[in-house]
Amino acid sequence: MLASALGVLFKGRNLARLLGGLWVTLRLSAVSILLSVALGLALGMVMTLRSPIIRALTRLWLETIRIVPQLVLLFIVYFGLARAFNLQLSGEAAAVVVFVFWGAGEMGDLVRGALTSIPAHQRESGAALGLTRWQINRYVLIPQTLRRLIPQAINLATRMIKTTSLVMIIGVVEVLKISQQIIDASRYDAPQAAVFIYGVVFLMYFMVCWPISLLPGRLEKRWKE
Amino acid sequence: MAEYLLEAQHLRKAFEDKTVLQDVSLGVRRGEVVVIGPSGCGKSTLLRCLNGLESVDGGEILLEGQIISGQKKNLHLIRQRVGMVFQSYDLFPHMDVLGNLVLGPTRALKRPSKEVETEAMAALARVGLADSAHVLPRQLSGGQKQRVALVRAMLMHPEVLLLDEITAALDPEMVREVLDVVLELARSGMTMVIVTHEMRFAEAVADRVVFLENGLVVEESVPAQFFHQPHTQRAQQFLASFCYDSVRDGKNMQNTKEAN
Repeated sequence: MLASALGVLFKGRNLARLLGGLWVTLRLSAVSILLSVALGLALGMVMTLRSPIIRALTRLWLETIRIVPQLVLLFIVYFGLARAFNLQLSGEAAAVVVFVFWGAGEMGDLVRGALTSIPAHQRESGAALGLTRWQINRYVLIPQTLRRLIPQAINLATRMIKTTSLVMIIGVVEVLKISQQIIDASRYDAPQAAVFIYGVVFLMYFMVCWPISLLPGRLEKRWKE
Repeated sequence: MAEYLLEAQHLRKAFEDKTVLQDVSLGVRRGEVVVIGPSGCGKSTLLRCLNGLESVDGGEILLEGQIISGQKKNLHLIRQRVGMVFQSYDLFPHMDVLGNLVLGPTRALKRPSKEVETEAMAALARVGLADSAHVLPRQLSGGQKQRVALVRAMLMHPEVLLLDEITAALDPEMVREVLDVVLELARSGMTMVIVTHEMRFAEAVADRVVFLENGLVVEESVPAQFFHQPHTQRAQQFLASFCYDSVRDGKNMQNTKEAN
């Protein structure tokens, strides 16, 4: 049984196809995460402003991404926009739009939280030393903000990587979709291959996310010294 | 040269509709220690105005005869000359003690770090913290943190140092170790404006005592006079609040009654 399942993995170009799918997953994740971090940093700074209009808008944004399932957002952008505005995005483009909408919102809230958690006294303490505004930001506030932010941002990143598996439903051929195709193709020759192939997918996700999720602990240790 | 190193003239400050400083004038000569207190609000606000952490709504602040209030730019240059230490120490938690000490001199004053580090280590040794150079602030006691904060402010070589209730958050047994450092600074001729609740310390360190109430200076005199023959009724009342009538005699009488 194991032999035939293993055989499926190494049959034809199956392994290469799976790795190709993993590459699609990683590319989609990387683009989404990078854009989310960049936009989220800006959004977080904007969110610390006291304007009621900005507050209302960002609140609406946050509530939307927290309440509406990512899959629904994907459907809205991929199918909804096509029907309503005749705007047909490719599956991958729609996915990036949704993931950045989600990621930037969450990242913005994390940045806002980290920024506002630094006591006002830290700024004053730096000011009392005769540091300029820029120096206070550079040496006092930003390092402390990053220390609070990075563990949470990494957590968000791994959640985003995992959630990219949804995009197969709007036709993006990523690692999970390819594993399904492989299993389907060998349904009659090796019906037990499913567990094995999905196991390989599991390992792939694990090998991508596990090192990333170890980072916060590492950093914390380093910062403690 | 101006008579006063640091001077406030008819300072006025309000937060929304609450007037904190009504009309405060105060001059500090070079090498002088002025203690503000002991009661009433506005003391901390006055200190914060003096180094530009708060803007003023009226009046002027002069440093060596130059008006420094009302400007927004280059406040950091003024603060390099007017140091301040806060009640809550406010060390930078992400840097070790030495990092806290050298940040100002190396970044604000652009002095070479080797030189500043040597000076910082010597200063740490003088306040009994030579071993703590490479520990993080959170590993220190309150008294140790406050001594580090004092050293940090002094390494900027300010012309005047403002101390805002620096022992108010400390356990009683740690107050002494911090005040000893301040006494040492006073002996070395450091000009200081001190807000404190430690009356005995105030009497020991002050060249002049200023009593603020309702945003006005109600009494200003030398400590011997202030603590023993205050002019104003308000100051008398305040000092009386530190005296207690002993209750032991009354208690003993009751005890003897019960014994009988």
